[in-house]
Amino acid sequence: MEITQATAAELLRAMEQNELSCVEVTQAFLDAIQTRDVAVQAFLHVDPERALQQAEAVDQKRRNGQSLGRLGGLPVAVKDVLCTQGQPTTCASRMLQNFVPPYDAHVIERLKAEDAVLLGKTNMDEFAMGSSTENSAFQKTRNPWNLEHAPGGSSGGSAAAVAAGMAPIAVGSDTGGSIRQPASFCGVVGMKPTYGRVSRYGLVAYASSLDQIGPFANDVHGAALLMEVLAGYDSRDSTCADRPVPRYTERLDQPLDGLRIGIVEEHFTEGLDAEVESAVQDALKIYESLGARIEKVRLPHSRYAVATYYLIAPSEASSNLARYDGVHYGFRAQQFSNMVDMYSTTRGEGFGAEVKRRIMLGTYALSAGYYDAYYLKALKVLRLIRRDFDEAFAKVDVIAGPVSPTPAFRIGELVDDPLAMYLSDIYTISANLAGIPGISIPAGLSREGLPIGLQLMAPPFEEERLLRAARMFERETDWHRRRPKLMLTPQAGE
Amino acid sequence: MAKRVAQRVEPMATDTTKDYTVVIGLEVHVQLLTKTKVFCGCVNLFNPENPNVQTCPVCLGMPGVLPVMNREAFRLALKTALALNCRIARFTKWDRKQYYYPDLPKNYQISQYDLPFSHDGWLEVASDEEFSEKRRIGIIRVHLEEDAGKNLHDETGRGTDSRVDLNRAGTPLLEIVSKPDIRSPAEARRYLEELKLLLTYLGVSDCNMQEGSLRCDANINLHLQEGDETIATPIVEVKNLNSFRAVELALQYEVGRQLDEFRSTGHRLGDVPKQTRGWDEKREITFGQRGKEEASDYRYFPDPDLVPVTVSDKLLEEIRGELCELPAARRERFRQQYGLSQYDASVIIDQGRRFADYFERVAQECEDGKQAANWVTQDVLREMNQRKVDIDKFPISADDLAFLLKKISARELTTKSARDVFAELLAGADSGTPPSAGRIDQIINERGLALVSDAGQLEGVITAVIARNEKAANDFRNGKQAAIGRLIGEVMREVKGADPKLVRQMLIEKIVGSEEA
Ligand SMILES: [Zn+2]
Repeated sequence: MEITQATAAELLRAMEQNELSCVEVTQAFLDAIQTRDVAVQAFLHVDPERALQQAEAVDQKRRNGQSLGRLGGLPVAVKDVLCTQGQPTTCASRMLQNFVPPYDAHVIERLKAEDAVLLGKTNMDEFAMGSSTENSAFQKTRNPWNLEHAPGGSSGGSAAAVAAGMAPIAVGSDTGGSIRQPASFCGVVGMKPTYGRVSRYGLVAYASSLDQIGPFANDVHGAALLMEVLAGYDSRDSTCADRPVPRYTERLDQPLDGLRIGIVEEHFTEGLDAEVESAVQDALKIYESLGARIEKVRLPHSRYAVATYYLIAPSEASSNLARYDGVHYGFRAQQFSNMVDMYSTTRGEGFGAEVKRRIMLGTYALSAGYYDAYYLKALKVLRLIRRDFDEAFAKVDVIAGPVSPTPAFRIGELVDDPLAMYLSDIYTISANLAGIPGISIPAGLSREGLPIGLQLMAPPFEEERLLRAARMFERETDWHRRRPKLMLTPQAGE
Repeated sequence: MAKRVAQRVEPMATDTTKDYTVVIGLEVHVQLLTKTKVFCGCVNLFNPENPNVQTCPVCLGMPGVLPVMNREAFRLALKTALALNCRIARFTKWDRKQYYYPDLPKNYQISQYDLPFSHDGWLEVASDEEFSEKRRIGIIRVHLEEDAGKNLHDETGRGTDSRVDLNRAGTPLLEIVSKPDIRSPAEARRYLEELKLLLTYLGVSDCNMQEGSLRCDANINLHLQEGDETIATPIVEVKNLNSFRAVELALQYEVGRQLDEFRSTGHRLGDVPKQTRGWDEKREITFGQRGKEEASDYRYFPDPDLVPVTVSDKLLEEIRGELCELPAARRERFRQQYGLSQYDASVIIDQGRRFADYFERVAQECEDGKQAANWVTQDVLREMNQRKVDIDKFPISADDLAFLLKKISARELTTKSARDVFAELLAGADSGTPPSAGRIDQIINERGLALVSDAGQLEGVITAVIARNEKAANDFRNGKQAAIGRLIGEVMREVKGADPKLVRQMLIEKIVGSEEA
């Protein structure tokens, strides 16, 4: 077995049957990072020593016959937006370049409790603001399928790490598509759970009412397994749902009988790339062949989703990011003349352009005299979008459609056109506004050889339905088994 | 209700021929006495000696942390609002008030903006120092928020960096906003005194202004009457008020200053931006402060990290049930039940809940409310003040005092003797002999203070005394009332503890009776 191409289930089985030790598995991924990440640049911080220590501890437990957690030694990569005690957590921002949190995020505690091996922290758009990972203050992550192309974002580092076989599973966060869009671009599985399904404690906030943590994996089972670990109640997050977490992996292979799939007319209009459209249509045919019924549904207010998102998210961001001021921690400008100047110089030097743009947008939208016209109105539209979904889900079990209008664009292609960049999340943003779960699964390759994803969405807390529907498709296709060339041609030193 | 009070105000000379009304509204912040902070688990204690030890990632505003509402703080807040006769919102939410300041780690304060948990209440305040009338001061709203930390500036001069202590950051804070119903600086002070009394009675706050657990800002302007026209002067907000006396003095000063200002500039409300003035305690003047931000826009919006709170009937009933008898009600009951004057009832109530409990115990045990009130408001209070102890540390228990007072009512002891016993009990307590009923009897016996009310025992002595003092007896017969005093004194010297009333009565009967005979 080629370790770095294996799925989470295959690796777990091999370790459980003592065909591979956790140290061997961990070492293989560390080696892959060393050779492949020179080109891909997915990781901001790798801690081989600590990872191998954790791996050794897992092996020791196994040798002693102790019971192991559900991740039983699986290496995992974590987006650098999640706080890790004693390890840098930068949010890919100069502002937090030297910040080391004194505490672990809830999901980090969960990963450790279930015996995951933490490989390192992955690159992202600064403070999760962006759709290409180009907004990182430190490096540009490349799409493993074509290094000239972007991996998507903002969780581009986690998506690229899994796609390039540098981690079998990874954790990301999704505020408007930041898991699903890079998953689609990188040809991996990525899921945004229902808002409230996963505790946000320790997730550095971008837009609190939309942010949600979710899994990446190279197959649906890996995502389901990681979801079991990430999900669950945490009293430290008031918005976290106190309801039981299903064993997503248990019934994953049971197909959904009489599955009703909704397709949204508004999704198939101008702006949608023809190759993406045909991949989605092919996927729908496969579902039909499995007995699913395809029905048209309408989401009439989804055309306002991008506008709504770009009022709510920046408003919350402008407030959430106010704390980065150089007073208590993080970056502080070297030269300033007084307190107010220290604030403005620190923030001027510490934040990148996109972050500043969104802070300004949000500050404006919340200002006296504009609040009602912008923020309040956006909240009203948000309720209409939610109602659209409620009505749609009264008729269908899941909604299927594209993840992004195009396959991965070239690095630099959209950096000067923020509006075009914003539109790359046009199909994913609605799920965040409605708080519902959505998943991206590999569903094709473009002529250029770039992955294309299929998005499925389900009603709140129907992650199990979503994963099972995704698995139905996955069983019938081998898109998830494709690997970028980068992994197939051994690199120097591998 | 609005009573116009024509004020003659020092220290500035004012044109007293002009008729005007003083209009004051107070904004009071009080810290709640919870075990932990309002949105994290840190201990809630005043601890300026050890900066930044009562902190955690949440109250430090670290990246990624989330607030969780402290239910106890919310309960105390509800309790206070109910006691202030407020209407309780069944649905309330949290908002972020945004401004940059180093003592505010997140650069926003979690507060309540358009849906405070309570609104439209009132507090009754005495209309004057004699408590002759009550005035109802409206409460616009009471809301819950988190306190900021404290900036510590170098006060020696330039050079040293300022420091920030975040022990206080996240302390639960109630903001209580009155209507502009207050009509004089003295009434503002009385409002604060009554509010403090209420909050300490409820046990929700210790209201210690020195430690900053009660803070007050005042808004004041004047409504001048010129013919048929009422002219409002610009509203001024006065800050840095660190005692109730400072509030009263600063507002007094403002009345004069605003009159003078109006005379010289003619500025009316709306002509100039709202001004913030500080109170200079040493010079006893207010001074203009630069606005924190020119026109501050706090960009309030609902905090997405916290869920709205719904208040159930059950919770409200529970908290109503926890409310003790409130000071105003108790004051009224004391007046009626124990026949106290308004003044005495107020003195007792204003000393706080434990003191009133003490009084009530004494009154019930000795079955004489007025007597109990006299002793408690004079003797006990005087001794407490001298010893600088509160009622909990006062050596004589309510039961022992009642035991002593009962002897007066039963005519077994004169009031004067009882005072001697009281003093000796305290002296004993100071030298290690704890007061007790037995000790009281012992003192009375040792000093022979027991009242002799046995007419038979007095009869002989009185006869003898009259015989020895024929001249005095005759003087009395001839209408010289004062002459009896000497005779009473002589009898009392012979029979220690004789009841002076009885002695006087028997002497008169004897002298007058013998003349008739
Ligand atoms: Zn704390």
